[in-house]
Amino acid sequence: MEETKTLDLLKEKFPGEVKDVFTSFGDGVVIIDKGALLSIVKYLKDKPHEYNMLLDLSCVDYLGEDPRFEMVYHLFSLPRNKRLRIKARLAEDDLRIPSLAGLWKNANWLEREVFDMFGVHFEGHPDLRRIFMYDCFEGYPLRKDYPLRKRQPCIKFRE
Amino acid sequence: MPTRIEKEARPETMLLNMGPSHPAMHGTIRIMLELDGERILNSEVEIGYLHRGFEKTCENRTYFNLLIYTDRLNYVSPLINNLGYAMAIEKMLGVEVPERAQYIRVIMSELSRISDHLTCLAAMAMESGAFTVFLYKMKAREFLWDVIEQTTGARMTTSYVRVGGVRADLHPEFETALKKAVVETRKVLKDVHGLLDKNKIFINRTRDIAVISPEDAISFGWTGPCLRSTGVYYDVRKAQPYLSYNRLDFEVPLGERGDNYDRYMVRMKEMEQSLRIIEQAAGRIRKTPAGILAQAVDPAVAIKSSRRQKIKGGIKLSPNLEGAERVKYRDILSADKGYVVPPKEDVYTTIEGLINHFKFFMKGAGIRPPKGEVYFSVEGGNGELGYYIVSDGTDRPYRLHLRAPCFHIVAALEQLIKGRYVADVIPTFGSMNMIGGELDR
Repeated sequence: MEETKTLDLLKEKFPGEVKDVFTSFGDGVVIIDKGALLSIVKYLKDKPHEYNMLLDLSCVDYLGEDPRFEMVYHLFSLPRNKRLRIKARLAEDDLRIPSLAGLWKNANWLEREVFDMFGVHFEGHPDLRRIFMYDCFEGYPLRKDYPLRKRQPCIKFRE
Repeated sequence: MPTRIEKEARPETMLLNMGPSHPAMHGTIRIMLELDGERILNSEVEIGYLHRGFEKTCENRTYFNLLIYTDRLNYVSPLINNLGYAMAIEKMLGVEVPERAQYIRVIMSELSRISDHLTCLAAMAMESGAFTVFLYKMKAREFLWDVIEQTTGARMTTSYVRVGGVRADLHPEFETALKKAVVETRKVLKDVHGLLDKNKIFINRTRDIAVISPEDAISFGWTGPCLRSTGVYYDVRKAQPYLSYNRLDFEVPLGERGDNYDRYMVRMKEMEQSLRIIEQAAGRIRKTPAGILAQAVDPAVAIKSSRRQKIKGGIKLSPNLEGAERVKYRDILSADKGYVVPPKEDVYTTIEGLINHFKFFMKGAGIRPPKGEVYFSVEGGNGELGYYIVSDGTDRPYRLHLRAPCFHIVAALEQLIKGRYVADVIPTFGSMNMIGGELDR
């Protein structure tokens, strides 16, 4: 099945939730409403699309735009050898999106990373904690308004 | 703040810390074990001890500058990391890479892949008690790194691949060194097969230990040799061929059970295939004329005479620039002026070259991919190494995210060691090839 066909089917199936579909550098891109993430991903995971692998999950901070954050999911279909990118925008005052930890096991750590770096809350995540930074760390380092050279030593420097 | 396992642990069990400073924890990772005698009831893996803010740093460096940071991800196979990054940018810009540079890139990535697998298996064998294997494999790695050093000028932090090609051409004595390295590596692989394949101690510690099903491996996002050890056929080099991999003949070895032994075996067989690729690619590389430097003139003389006439012949360059002479540029770098550093001869003697040089390095100029985003992946030593880059049209990436293969693999460690003995953690962890730089970024 061609990539354009998947995208058309998706648009047909979820007319209200899918905002836009296009291809970029050979990969299909779907822009969706964050509320429909779980149902769309579940639909894509089953036949005929079979996007059975969560390749990657990350977030981009578009400071100054509204809504500010954008979640980016990369799905991969092993049987069809196709990649798909799903994007959903999150507003700064409502940084919540459903967790995919029930569908893919690696979503657990990937979502912890995004929580650690951007402060996005994943609803239904079993163990949402920081993963790279330490627990007493304040702020979210990959946000654009976090200063590049700011230091937060866990143990105070010796005088 | 107590960690998850400290809260969950039962009062009659014992909590044991493995790492972050433990010889078997290669670098820095901490595994908290909840033990009932020798049996692991539960565990918690804590990572992030080597987090250096790679992604944040990249957002504040130009596309050309941040190449050196990619070396520090998987520091055992830096060339593949360079390659993945450079090719992601090339995909955005639509740059064509000369054929010779493509073959050089193939050879270099396969050399890195072998050294990556050698390092992983050497450490795994040493930790299970086979110290001889460790020494043999380190010896083979030295020969491979000699070739890499000869070509790139560095052993580990190579920064050799450039957007549009490679930094310098191969050394005149490259072929001899490569032949020697291939022969020596084959010899070592044969020895290691003899030492480990049917070794009872090794088999007892690896066979049917830490078994993962293909479904779980896919669910964890495993790629590379670890996924293939479960019998799933997926290799980026075959699925989405890049460079000249579709013109080279090689096989993708698969395992059956997905246990530690299969992960060892798949890596061993993959090294043999990589050697095959190297031999084919080296055979197809066109010979380039040697001895260009002999007729070259001194830079001072060239600059002086460049005021009157255009310099046609070669100019003696610093030894650091060996292999990057103007005559070789055609073969190793793309002809697009905006994306590559102009040859030094031009920079020194012509006004156009000087302008090109400044336009490349000036703030706000240089490599500026069009607005948009790209995901590109190559087959790294551990699996699919993907770069997700968002460009806003300036000279710095707006966001750069790395899909680190071993992040997904290590995420499965808790599940794999559950219910096993403490001693099983060591070969299991060894067979995963955890690389701190890539895992923690």
